[in-house]
Amino acid sequence: MTLATPQPQELNFECETGNYHTFCPISCVAWLYQKIEDSFFLVIGTKTCGYFLQNAMGVMIFAEPRYAMAELEEGDISAQLSDYAELKRLCEQIKRDRNPSVIVWIGTCTTEIIKMDLEGLAPKLESEIGIPIVVARANGLDYAFTQGEDTVLAAMAQRCPTQEPTPAEETEKGDRNAIKKLLSFGRKPEEIAQEESEYVDHPPLVLFGSVPDPVVTQLTLELKKQGIKVSGWLPAKRYTELPVIEEGYYALGVNPFLSRTATTLMRRRKCKLIGAPFPIGPDGTRAWIEKVCSVFGIEPQGLEEREQTIWESLEDYVSLLRGKSVFFMGDNLLEISLARFFIRCGMTCPEIGIPYMDKRYQGAELQLLQKTCEEMGVPLPRIVEKPDNYNQLQRIQEQNIDLVITGMAHANPLEARGINTKWSVEFTFAQIHGFTNARDVLELATRPLRRNQSLKDMGWSQLVKEEAKV
Amino acid sequence: MKLAYWMYAGPAHIGTLRVATSFKNVHAIMHAPIGDDYFNVMRSMLERERNFTPVTTSVVDRHVLARGSQEKVVDNITRKDQEEQPDLIVLTPTCTSSILQEDLQNFVDRAQMESKGDVMLADVNHYRVNELQAGDRTLQQIVQFYTEKARKRDELPTDKTANPSVNIIGTSTLGFHNQHDCTELKRLMADLGIEVNTVIPDGASVHQLKNLSRAWFNLVPYRELGTMTADYLKQEFAMPVVDIVPMGVVETARCIRAIQRILNDQGAGVDYEDFINHQTLNVSQAAWFSRSIDCQNLTGKKAVVFGDNTHAAAMTKILAREMGIHVVMAGTYCKYDEDWFREQVSDYCDEVLVSDDHAAIGDAIARIEPSAIFGTQMERHVGKRLNIPCGVIAAPIHIQNFPIGYKPFVGYEGTNQIADLVYNSFTLGMEDHLLEIFGGHDTKDVITKGMTADTDLGWSKDGLTELNRIPGFVRGKVKRNTEKFARDRNISEITAEVLYAAKEAIGA
Repeated sequence: MTLATPQPQELNFECETGNYHTFCPISCVAWLYQKIEDSFFLVIGTKTCGYFLQNAMGVMIFAEPRYAMAELEEGDISAQLSDYAELKRLCEQIKRDRNPSVIVWIGTCTTEIIKMDLEGLAPKLESEIGIPIVVARANGLDYAFTQGEDTVLAAMAQRCPTQEPTPAEETEKGDRNAIKKLLSFGRKPEEIAQEESEYVDHPPLVLFGSVPDPVVTQLTLELKKQGIKVSGWLPAKRYTELPVIEEGYYALGVNPFLSRTATTLMRRRKCKLIGAPFPIGPDGTRAWIEKVCSVFGIEPQGLEEREQTIWESLEDYVSLLRGKSVFFMGDNLLEISLARFFIRCGMTCPEIGIPYMDKRYQGAELQLLQKTCEEMGVPLPRIVEKPDNYNQLQRIQEQNIDLVITGMAHANPLEARGINTKWSVEFTFAQIHGFTNARDVLELATRPLRRNQSLKDMGWSQLVKEEAKV
Repeated sequence: MKLAYWMYAGPAHIGTLRVATSFKNVHAIMHAPIGDDYFNVMRSMLERERNFTPVTTSVVDRHVLARGSQEKVVDNITRKDQEEQPDLIVLTPTCTSSILQEDLQNFVDRAQMESKGDVMLADVNHYRVNELQAGDRTLQQIVQFYTEKARKRDELPTDKTANPSVNIIGTSTLGFHNQHDCTELKRLMADLGIEVNTVIPDGASVHQLKNLSRAWFNLVPYRELGTMTADYLKQEFAMPVVDIVPMGVVETARCIRAIQRILNDQGAGVDYEDFINHQTLNVSQAAWFSRSIDCQNLTGKKAVVFGDNTHAAAMTKILAREMGIHVVMAGTYCKYDEDWFREQVSDYCDEVLVSDDHAAIGDAIARIEPSAIFGTQMERHVGKRLNIPCGVIAAPIHIQNFPIGYKPFVGYEGTNQIADLVYNSFTLGMEDHLLEIFGGHDTKDVITKGMTADTDLGWSKDGLTELNRIPGFVRGKVKRNTEKFARDRNISEITAEVLYAAKEAIGA
């Protein structure tokens, strides 16, 4: 790698055949039902969907999950049975057995093809059984993996309450939204005023993206240090606690796959979207916070030092990655942010595969990627949308890649050919956001390198007999 | 519509893919939306497969929905034909293509004109058959395809092999311990002096299929996969079939005797009785195990068996006939083949359950409270919840059911493995006695079993104390029986006295 003055290049976007492996977007129920504690997810699909969920979720299936299949039978397909009556029967059963605060219907490929009007049926049934029904079309015809969460959150964004217009200016100030009311429960007004003073006076800010509760706390506190107050989070721990969203509120995403949710918040709820890189890696987290600060006209405090400290604590892992190459086959839309972080760690990245690239929603992240490449003096990666796994495998072999981030379908075969792999899905399920979790990301990324380091003198790297045609 | 959390048998296309990818150099192309290629993950994970799974998707997306697949499927087939040069490409329909009703056969015909390899459409309907039926059908379809092809080219051999020989039909990828079973069956055949003509589908090449008729007979070790193929070969070539599952000492002997009969009908003049005797008495330890003191302690213990037809039926017979264990209930999820199962097990158990509803099976287990369960991974989890040990005997299975070590279920080594599994699942004999004498080393509080009827009775403090002294593995049963006793006599609070009164009255 030469450090010749990098020419300011443009990122190179390509699009392949879309023949790649990823999870079906209905997999989002696995983490969303755990996140939203009073929900029930009903996946309206076939045995194929059920088989996927059952196998992909592994042992979780045995914990009496708050999700189930409404398995379509031949009579449903040929419309011999009434969709409405069938769904009503199942939802009543769910209400009886679990009594959730919301039932989320996940539409699948089959409901799309037979044109089952879920959005039409839901309001009617909702008023009949008295439980909100949210419809999300998380199907494999249109979306990949994590985009499932996007469809659910976009539907939920419509259900976020708006504040009733208050008569007097004064009451409004002390009672801005329901969350605040909840938080201030049982406390005297002086105490609240005291607490309020810790924050800068800025318009309400709502964050969106489902992350584990510890990450919610960490990111909220991180913003609090800058005097920024998080008014609410979509989704909240419970459906009944969805945040108030009003016209003029600011919205900020934490995950790169939430473009529909962002669009819904902007167009339907008239929010102002803050386009920032995503808080993945210390560099991303700092850029994320800085962007919010700049929107609110705040001078960030102590961020540079904080980032520096984190980097120092990561050095043992970073030293393993420095100078190595990483290849993203692409399946969960976290690829751009992770690649940017890894490049900052000193890696090169010839290719970022990604199922879908929203250049507007990810605009700031793409800029940061470009800037990072320039600063690190490495060539810009080619970004391959809708990749073709077969072609990618050819390129991986040609380019002699040190680490391939890929789905489980390819991981074992690549390892058997002496190529280090990291299972991409782990990045979806691990805590990767904020300064605190930067180490966890690198723990994952370096694990294959550390493991194979300990095996490297055994002569066991090539474990397939004749080099099978890749 | 059906509310479902769990299924025992997968969707049809899984069966087709299992058979297609078991063959060497056969590629499957799924007509499916993004994300339906989960089969690749399972094969790569569970079987720890070193090679890329030969399955790709011809992706059904919005455009296909609007305009039809048009050239897409054909292009995908011809592309794969050039890239991998497979002998055969199997176009695999899914639930999605079942309702799109595109003329996939037409795509296959068109692709065939441009492909060097063969192309065929798997004849399976998502809404009519499950994984197991689809696998059986696909194997038969492939065999028929190559038989007819060879016949047209006049390449079908007409002779039999010089020495007695067999086709082993039905071992496949992602099958429960299939690879170990296959090795064991080959060994058994070698011991019997029988040549193995072909093993299909696992590891076979489609070019071998035209030679299937050269074998003297077909052996179908599993009920679920291979039956249709064997029937087809019987029809076409009058090939005799042995479909006795060689699992357990008695059934293995029965299987070998059936083989002997078939070979002698064709003039082989073999006598396997000495071999059976020698194996039973000296090689397999299972017969001796049944006689040993250890196994005596298992006499009359209650067990529940649930699984696919092959394994549940074989285990039921082994437990009841070979070990003297009391099989209270035997069950299968192969509803489509219910009659066979009932016929196989009805002499060896009290009740038969045919269901694919895991809750019904869980409830039955809670009601029966057996000392051990032999079932699938689902029953293992039921057992965990109820504190009852479980040996896993059938799919659905997890990665731990693909052991690296040699663990066949069939043949004489299989009998040893099964004996270990059974024995280790029950509480060991001496431990059993010690727990009874000293009230157990288990100091856990009473666990109310989620699946038993909720109690409306109160337990007094001393009643609870006494209950806690009863060993964990029978505590639930004692609790239930005592409560029944109390309810029958309108006793509202259960004291230690009541507990013991119940014990005296009904032997709780």
